[in-house]
Amino acid sequence: MNGAMQTHNRPPHPAPLEDPAPILEMRGISQIFPGVKALDTVDIKLFPGEVTALIGENGAGKSTLVKILTGIYRPNEGEILIDGQAVSFANAQAAIDAGVTAIHQETVLFDDLTVGENIFLGHAPRTRFGMIDWREINNRSLGLLQALESEIDPTIRLRDLSIAQRHLVAIARALSVEARIVIMDEPTAALSRKEIDDLFRIIEGLKRQGKAILFISHKFDEVYEIAENFVVFRDGRAVGHGKLPETPQQDIVRLMVGRDVKDVFPKVKVEIGAPVLRVEGFTHPTEFRDIFFELRRGEILGVYGLIGAGRSELCQALFGVTRASAGRLVLEDTPISIGSSGDAIRAGIVYVPEERGRHGLALPMPIFQNMSLPSLSRTSRGGFLKAANELALARKYAERLDLRAAALSVPVGTLSGGNQQKVVIGKWLATKPKVIILDEPTKGIDIGSKAAVHGFIGELASEGLSIIMVSSELPEILGMSDRVMVMREGLAAGMFDREQLSAETLVRAATGNA
Amino acid sequence: MSDVTNTKRVIPDRLGTKASRILASWEVLLFAVAVAIFVFNALASPYFLDVWNLSDATFNFTEKAMIAFAMALLVIAGEIDLSVAAIIALASTAMGGAAQMGIGTAGLVAIGLGVGLACGAVNGLLVSGLKLPSIVVTIGTMSLFRGISYIVLGDQAYGKYPESFAFFGQGYVVWAFSFEFVLFAALAIVFAILLHATNFGRQIFVIGNNEFAARFSGIPVERVKFILFLLTGLMSGVAAVCLTSRLGSTRPSIAQGWELEVVTMVVLGGISILGGAGTIGGVVIAAFVMGLVTFGLGLLNVPGIVMSIFVGLLLIITIAVPIIGRRIREMR
Ligand SMILES: Nc1ncnc2c1ncn2[C@@H]1O[C@H](COP(=O)(O)OP(=O)(O)OP(=O)(O)O)[C@@H](O)[C@H]1O
Ligand SMILES: [Mg+2]
Repeated sequence: MNGAMQTHNRPPHPAPLEDPAPILEMRGISQIFPGVKALDTVDIKLFPGEVTALIGENGAGKSTLVKILTGIYRPNEGEILIDGQAVSFANAQAAIDAGVTAIHQETVLFDDLTVGENIFLGHAPRTRFGMIDWREINNRSLGLLQALESEIDPTIRLRDLSIAQRHLVAIARALSVEARIVIMDEPTAALSRKEIDDLFRIIEGLKRQGKAILFISHKFDEVYEIAENFVVFRDGRAVGHGKLPETPQQDIVRLMVGRDVKDVFPKVKVEIGAPVLRVEGFTHPTEFRDIFFELRRGEILGVYGLIGAGRSELCQALFGVTRASAGRLVLEDTPISIGSSGDAIRAGIVYVPEERGRHGLALPMPIFQNMSLPSLSRTSRGGFLKAANELALARKYAERLDLRAAALSVPVGTLSGGNQQKVVIGKWLATKPKVIILDEPTKGIDIGSKAAVHGFIGELASEGLSIIMVSSELPEILGMSDRVMVMREGLAAGMFDREQLSAETLVRAATGNA
Repeated sequence: MSDVTNTKRVIPDRLGTKASRILASWEVLLFAVAVAIFVFNALASPYFLDVWNLSDATFNFTEKAMIAFAMALLVIAGEIDLSVAAIIALASTAMGGAAQMGIGTAGLVAIGLGVGLACGAVNGLLVSGLKLPSIVVTIGTMSLFRGISYIVLGDQAYGKYPESFAFFGQGYVVWAFSFEFVLFAALAIVFAILLHATNFGRQIFVIGNNEFAARFSGIPVERVKFILFLLTGLMSGVAAVCLTSRLGSTRPSIAQGWELEVVTMVVLGGISILGGAGTIGGVVIAAFVMGLVTFGLGLLNVPGIVMSIFVGLLLIITIAVPIIGRRIREMR
């Protein structure tokens, strides 16, 4: 299991079989938060020209490690060595100066700044006279974005971008720093296959330049594709490391969750019933046009497409947070008009948003209060809160989704990314709707919990719920859907029955390449 | 690799004991400060511990605190109302004018509360209807409402209030408990329940923490904010009735500068000025602290201007302390 980990005195070229000296080494790192030991005497090494995959369940401590390496947290114990020299980062700038850059799981970007400003915030290139060099900023931003095959204009404001486009900006921001150690915390969540390929091409380039890369992902196909080493975290401890592809996935999964997890999507056979929701000619001024579809009882309708195809925007209009400019909604044979999310919820249509931090959660508030929010009418009595009912509801969904938290009353913001996502899903499942719109439901969720979420979705369908599931993950779409609508540039580019489904057809319809 | 077991995890409802959570709160710290000031006052002046003196002292904060309760909800929801003192002026002017025309006590109270509500509705419509920032809107209406008062009254004053009207600001319910103090206590309970025990209160917290998420969760954000402005206007009307009754006259400069003292009380009470957090209990304690300090300084014959310097400093310090504290914790 253990790969070659002995050190040499800096060979001039990476030796083919044995690892060279690590660029970065962390020894005995511990990080303690109230109620949790997020990291417990962890050791890790990163080597030049190699990608090390960091694997572990939601809440295992991966992002905490990233935050230590980027100077955001100071560990309670342990030391960090770069080129064998002990370093300590007083703040985020110190980490950048030491040659560490990172794509964070939740990057903070600024809505009112331009794309270029966001990319170079804090390290803007200067002219000879010490002024900020705007032309240079925009040129270099354009170059970075083009390397990602993205046509985002660096001079537009961030607020005009879609979620996935923001994510590309975050990636460009990390790559705009001259660094020898590049950390990527779930960089592919929210990206579709094509964008992932672009990112991987960039990673290959970084490898050739001799950079050390730490790559965090819950998707094993990606890990095997890009990484040569792996480290597994479990409950804050490094429980194993080794070489890829020699180690089979099964072994890694067992290390990470302590049991075998089947990577199949448990599609439950469900009797499809009468039409529940009919969408006719749904049109938005800028994002999508002429969308028609019908959703039946117990049906799972997958929605696939590239970034910017208008999928999330369609969902948000169905849910009433944005307005469609034309079109009709018919719910169980009655035309309905939805002017706000309140109307939608009352009608029995709910939406699990993709952007959990911005749209899904009040981060400083307790887990149970976030979970119970849209169900307050059920947990309360006569307008008065009943904390016991809220806690019971939260506990039920926390257990079903295998939530990892110190307590149900800690702020949601202290949870790991994947666990926050579980709270968002639980929050909406608890409302017992008729139609549930899931936007990237398993984004950032670990393999074990993913199976649980899929099982849960299947169960809901068999209870007669109708489900619209937007996903960029082909296996998820292929495995779960009864039918798939593919969107391209705001238009429905095709509707496929389960029998017709294949990765090639969907990708072809999504990209428009015949 | 085989030693890993999959134990079922149990998530507790809460971390730590109830006592430890309470002890670590801002309210306890503030309460200690209140006790300290109380002891200091008692030592500094032989007149302080007299029951009637203490009862008098409560008038320093009861009216402001009534507004502070509503303001607390508004600040938690991420908004603010700086026109509250101007609403008092306008409501008081309206009552004064009505009293000159011979309208009775019940009518005067209705007018005072009605004007408060109307002013609150104006603020609420501008903020939640037109989506304007509340700080700008209420700075505007602050000048507007008091301006109307000045136009009506000039350098005149209204004085002829019916005798029974005096009860609200000068009457006692039992023993040394004034009507104002009893009303203050009752409102404290009502607002505490509204904020901490109802669905409406929960919605206020969510809006203050993440307005997007509130909207995505089906909370009628605009309606909640409108109601909060109405409530703040109404409480300003109540304060106007009490203050006018206590003073027995109305000048356009009535309650000048109170908006700052109300906001200070709210922030001192631990309500986050950024929205999303705080308790009514904290505001109650803050009201006592400010009342005790004002009274103590009065006993020591400290001039009024020093008092306003004190309020200004208090406001800055209470906003700065949590922020600096967080920075220190982050630097560790
Ligand atoms: N600021 C914080 N305060 C309190 N607890 C925290 C904080 N940050 C992280 N934790 C806790 O530390 C543990 C590790 O979290 P971390 O974010 O590192 O997990 P992760 O491995 O990145 O998970 P995911 O796959 O879900 O992103 C979790 O139990 C989390 O609740
Ligand atoms: Mg993480």
